[in-house]
Amino acid sequence: MTITSARPLERPADRTPWIAAALVACVVVTFVASIAIGAVSLSVADVLSAIGSRFSSQPLTADETLNAAVVWDLRLARVLSGIIVGASLATCGAAMQGLFGNPLADPGIVGVSSGASLGAIMVVVLQISTFGIWTLPVGAFLAGTGTTFIIYALARPGQEGGDNSKLLLVGIAVNAIGGAFAGFLTYMATAEQLQSLTFWSMGSLSSARWITVAISVPPTILGIGLLYRWARPLDLLALGERQARHLGVDVKFLRRKLIFVTALLVAAAVSFNGTIGFVGLVVPHLFRLMIGPAHRLLIPFCAAGGALLVMLADLAARTLDPPSEIPIGVIMGSLGGPFFLWMIYRSRKFGITPT
Amino acid sequence: MIEIRNVTVTLGGRNLLDDVSTTCHPGSLTALVGPNGAGKSTLLAVIAGDRTSYRGTVKLHGKDVTRHSVRDLAQIRSVFPQGSVIRFGYTVEEVIAMGRAFRDLPPGGDDEAVLDAMISTEVEHMAFRNAQTLSGGEQARTTFARVVVQATPIVLLDEPTAALDLRHQERVLARARDMARTGATVVAVLHDLNLAAAYADKVVLLANGKVAADGDPWEVLTQDLIERVYRQAVRILEHPVRGCPVVLTT
Repeated sequence: MTITSARPLERPADRTPWIAAALVACVVVTFVASIAIGAVSLSVADVLSAIGSRFSSQPLTADETLNAAVVWDLRLARVLSGIIVGASLATCGAAMQGLFGNPLADPGIVGVSSGASLGAIMVVVLQISTFGIWTLPVGAFLAGTGTTFIIYALARPGQEGGDNSKLLLVGIAVNAIGGAFAGFLTYMATAEQLQSLTFWSMGSLSSARWITVAISVPPTILGIGLLYRWARPLDLLALGERQARHLGVDVKFLRRKLIFVTALLVAAAVSFNGTIGFVGLVVPHLFRLMIGPAHRLLIPFCAAGGALLVMLADLAARTLDPPSEIPIGVIMGSLGGPFFLWMIYRSRKFGITPT
Repeated sequence: MIEIRNVTVTLGGRNLLDDVSTTCHPGSLTALVGPNGAGKSTLLAVIAGDRTSYRGTVKLHGKDVTRHSVRDLAQIRSVFPQGSVIRFGYTVEEVIAMGRAFRDLPPGGDDEAVLDAMISTEVEHMAFRNAQTLSGGEQARTTFARVVVQATPIVLLDEPTAALDLRHQERVLARARDMARTGATVVAVLHDLNLAAAYADKVVLLANGKVAADGDPWEVLTQDLIERVYRQAVRILEHPVRGCPVVLTT
């Protein structure tokens, strides 16, 4: 019955290269635009020469010095923070959805973000400084890991597939507990600490500095790199834990690794920028519709797409109501909330789990 | 080669399996049959390495099943599970290719193996369809194709024909017997005694967790034994074409 001389199948046209090209173009344009647009608006030529000025030894005019200061000291670190936050939250969302077997798993919704930011708030309010400048991200990472373990223990996907309602219920409870603790710590905080705490609840890139970028780059690159390496086992988890094991995935070990890495990515994102919701929900969902669910492509696309989304949201936050800033959390919430409802509507309409 | 010696599984004070012993040789297809709750799926889960809390020994290729690593087990045994689910919209082709993901075979042969499995299970016309949109039978054929591409020397099938139409029941079991003829050790849990009679080299009849009979189809599928174990009146005829026993309820 074995047929070896079979004709190859006719494959449907693959749009992935076009989508990749469009995505890269959007990221580059948004990157330059984010640097150019603001209280001081610059032309593209100004941006490029200002970026180049730090690498050349030519004397600068007064204008050029100002431009270089705006670009290097104010905008570049902020835009890079946006890329870090977006890339880590989106890839983390994709990995969590794979882990829970549930397309509604998002670091914000299930409570990992609020757990991690609770860790960060504790570090600030209780003035812990055990690990020097790393204390804040370490606190966020430890709290994020603990939270993810608890959530997974309670909302683990069963043999018949993920249970949406259970995961969301656990998320509600975890968010409520995290919120209560954060509220208590806010209540205890001094007026000075309070100011630096308020942005955690809403999320903002305004505290981005080169030092914060330098601290959050290594965990982001490490985390995304590891997720990319585990793309294949993540795919197999879609069959459920038991069948993944039949096919050679050490599920228990993989699960632990994934929990640590997702917590690492969330910590990289929330330590300095607070909780920015829905990135991890919206971005993987859109790319699954466009390029399919295989993680070898999904992880890099999510990294780029998440970076794009957060850069755009931050650009809007800075420019919609100058000179003041709209919190980026408000913008993401107003986009992500309706999107979430649409996903639930879609899953009802088609009677299958949304992908 | 599967060696099962004195396997007992206790759950909540009840013996799901009670001192079960049998041996399945390479090149043969063994059918596990028996009434509901006889312990067929439990026995298969023990052989597959899914269930590790049991007394007795189960050896795959001479090595205790619990001593194989997860990765090693994927090299020597494949499993067709009961009730397969797929999350996210992977295509049928992607799902089948997952059978090869952690198989230590040259990846150059993957595409051909996947295509061959799709053709023999007749799912190639839906290769690029979202596997979540398949019917139960189409899903079962996709899962069976995934088992085929894993190409392991031990093949464990838990009710592979339950969701299939007549034609595909025959095709799936014919393919399973082909795998046995080329040297694999195939064990299939089957509810349909006539399919077991037609395709199995050896039939193991389980009743209340014990082996009630173990032998070739003519030895096991006797009126006396079937009536006693299933508590249902039957007659045994000879198949006019295949020459194997046919079980008719009366």
